[in-house]
Amino acid sequence: MISGMRGIISYGAYVPFRRLDRADISKFFGSGGGKGTRSVASYDEDTTSMGVEAARVALRSIEPTTAVDALWFATTSPSYADKTNATTIHAALRLDRNTPAFDMNGAVRSSVGALRIALALGAGNALVVASDIRTGLPTSADEADGGDAASAVIVGDGSSGAVIAELIGSGSATEEFTDRWRVPGQTRSKLWEERFGEMVYVPLAIEAWNAALKDAGVEAGQIDKACVSGTHGRAVRVAAGKLGLKPEALADDLNATVGNAGAAQVGLGLARVLEDAKPGQLVALAVLADGADVLIFRVTEAITSFHSVRPLSTQIANGGSLPYGKFLSWRGVVNVEPPRRPEPNRTSSTAAYRREEWKYAFVGSRDETTGIVHMPPARIGIKGGVEGDMVPAAMADVGGTVLTFTVDKLAYSPSPPIVFAVVDFDGGGRMPIELTDCDPTDVTIGARVEMTFRRLFAADDIHNYFWKARLVRGEPDNKARVVRGASA
Amino acid sequence: MASHGIKDRVAIVGMGCTRFAEHWDKSSDDLVIEATNEAFASTGVGKQDIDAYWLGTAQTGMAGITLSIPLKLEGKPVTRVENFCATGSEAMRQAAYAVASGAYDLVAAVGVEKVKDGGYQGLNSFPTPTDGTNRTLTAAAMFSLLLPAYAKKYGVDEDEIRKVIARIGSKNHYNGARNVRAQYRREMSAEQICSMPAVAGRLAVMDCAGVADGSAAVIMCRAEDAHKYTDKPLFIKALSFVSGNGSGLVDPDFDFTTLPECAMAAEDAYHQAGVTDPRGEIAMAEVHDCFTVTELVLMEDLGFSPRGQAWKEVLEGSFDLTGDLPVNTDGGLKSFGHPVGASGLRMLYEVWLQLRNEAPPERQITTNKKLGLTHNLGGYPGEMVSFVGIFGAEKG
Repeated sequence: MISGMRGIISYGAYVPFRRLDRADISKFFGSGGGKGTRSVASYDEDTTSMGVEAARVALRSIEPTTAVDALWFATTSPSYADKTNATTIHAALRLDRNTPAFDMNGAVRSSVGALRIALALGAGNALVVASDIRTGLPTSADEADGGDAASAVIVGDGSSGAVIAELIGSGSATEEFTDRWRVPGQTRSKLWEERFGEMVYVPLAIEAWNAALKDAGVEAGQIDKACVSGTHGRAVRVAAGKLGLKPEALADDLNATVGNAGAAQVGLGLARVLEDAKPGQLVALAVLADGADVLIFRVTEAITSFHSVRPLSTQIANGGSLPYGKFLSWRGVVNVEPPRRPEPNRTSSTAAYRREEWKYAFVGSRDETTGIVHMPPARIGIKGGVEGDMVPAAMADVGGTVLTFTVDKLAYSPSPPIVFAVVDFDGGGRMPIELTDCDPTDVTIGARVEMTFRRLFAADDIHNYFWKARLVRGEPDNKARVVRGASA
Repeated sequence: MASHGIKDRVAIVGMGCTRFAEHWDKSSDDLVIEATNEAFASTGVGKQDIDAYWLGTAQTGMAGITLSIPLKLEGKPVTRVENFCATGSEAMRQAAYAVASGAYDLVAAVGVEKVKDGGYQGLNSFPTPTDGTNRTLTAAAMFSLLLPAYAKKYGVDEDEIRKVIARIGSKNHYNGARNVRAQYRREMSAEQICSMPAVAGRLAVMDCAGVADGSAAVIMCRAEDAHKYTDKPLFIKALSFVSGNGSGLVDPDFDFTTLPECAMAAEDAYHQAGVTDPRGEIAMAEVHDCFTVTELVLMEDLGFSPRGQAWKEVLEGSFDLTGDLPVNTDGGLKSFGHPVGASGLRMLYEVWLQLRNEAPPERQITTNKKLGLTHNLGGYPGEMVSFVGIFGAEKG
């Protein structure tokens, strides 16, 4: 393996299960909407939890021993200010405590910025996670065209994990102009007259593009696939047409299925392109956000042995529909009658801190005497277990089977009813756990499930993260997979 | 080491029980005063004649002062007891042991719950700070897991079991309709219950215990002193208690067709009482029918029916008022209502009435068998506490 050639060693995408049919918007309001669908983060997801899911895909697609030396997290919609959100992702992934975790939040441009920093590092592997929940007022273009998704890219120099796409050139152009803006906490982004953004963006894009081509020593016509993305749809389209690309080189922008995923869009585009890439191909990313950034990669031989455990194309193909009313209530645009049950209490920070491995990384314990897996972890096992013979049992990546299930229409949930199953995990371990991303009629005894990281609810503004199970749909089952950190 | 029990050493000499209902006009204080007044009167003693009190309440109040303040007790020990929905039985168990130990001559156990001041339907727990990973499922949903598991294990159609448990509900409503103290005094047919929409698994609202306010009280003394207070004492034959270790939620061998804590508590109780043939020796049983399906499984866990057979016996009417082993003759939790801390003592109150032939004629059982059983559980399948008590009107 050649060291020193910096590039991408893994990627992962996460598109939430639910899809809003844009036509449903115009059916309801008589205006807005459009064609196709957009992806919708579930009521139990936020940018942090979706980021975990994307990062899990990236990590699970490569050797479990691959180093992660730094974590960056970018979103325009962070769940916390002041407090770092990347540390939650760090905990869920069980990264080493000496691996730092940083947020680069607020702007769409943050994600390509984090990627550029990771690519510019002198050494080590960096995990760049981007995640976004895109909102807008009902009938707005942002509401219809936005999409919720997350991406993860692991960048390195090949010393730990093979580089599948080597960076060969980059370019950047920056300018201060206010064509889109949003005050933190607001649902709605505001826009200046559309022509203004186009007028500013197109020259910036061309400038950065030409700089990157020059840096890479290639011509525009040599680029095999280019993802052009950004916050200004019209500017993106116009700029893409002026880059000198072969007609077939312009990659699908996923607008028809996912929508514009904001900070996650660049990583999603990269995943889409790399899924079909062949060795030797040139791949370009161009991001138009408060300037323009262009990265050009050459796909390496290593791509042939890279297989995503959860390909983006499979996720896109396996979405489930969501009524527009649910979409509005999940995003808090419409307040619906809550269940007439007491709301949950805030999570105890001290209790959560003591049980970080369990709560965030779903690590139970295995009784070395009886072999029984305990979830939650216990100090003393059932069936005559003695104290002191427990070892950690990482269960997040272990698949399971539904033994039995029930539907609870009485319990508190931000989006009732609760579907709840007793799950038997492969290789041992049982836990009664909530199912998500499913309608009650989707579940059967014997159904295969996998674990997913979720934000169960928030109380006193503390987000309560934990794991749920989801049905395995069209993706490779986790059975018999090597689990990262399983024995540690 | 062994569970020896206190067979025939402690006597029940007086009891009281309020109506269980949505007592919008009564406080916890009113309820304990009402229940204890009846118990004092039936024993012929006053509040200061009692040497020590135990108060069972799950979450209506903390500490013994929840009882000593409303009763204005002077210098009396009051121990507040909590053990989930088995709280009332647990208070009685502790009080009985205090008498058996010789520490006190005359003791009272009082159970109370004021659940209808919370503003929500159903039962709601006190918030304990946690790491946020605990289940938030209702008890109804957890118990609903029993139905498909039982149906599958014994090869019975789920719809058939659905009808079986509706029949249990119907039976308990029939009994409750003959009880002036019951929350629901309306008969309901199995068909009516079956036709209701499911709220948790296949359980409908009418498969769930009534949620009520209420209080019940018992007064106990040493067996040899019993006739100082009453001509018709009951004698404690057995008091058993098992706290589960949560293994059902962890153990892949657990199949959700049994409540092992209840089976273990029953086994211990039968041992203490010297009962070898529960079905043949128990005259009547008050069991914890928090959900109709719970009562089905309990018939097997308590040894009344062989495994996999209780559903047939339910249909045959074995546990009806006129059956050979009437169960929940007062309407049970289903119809009498379930004020958590009071329920265990309410069960005992029915045994008190039945074994003394003081139940209203319309539900008084006739039998040659001598023993009454109460079964009181708390928690849910896999994570449970269970109490079993056995009582008789005669020593020996």
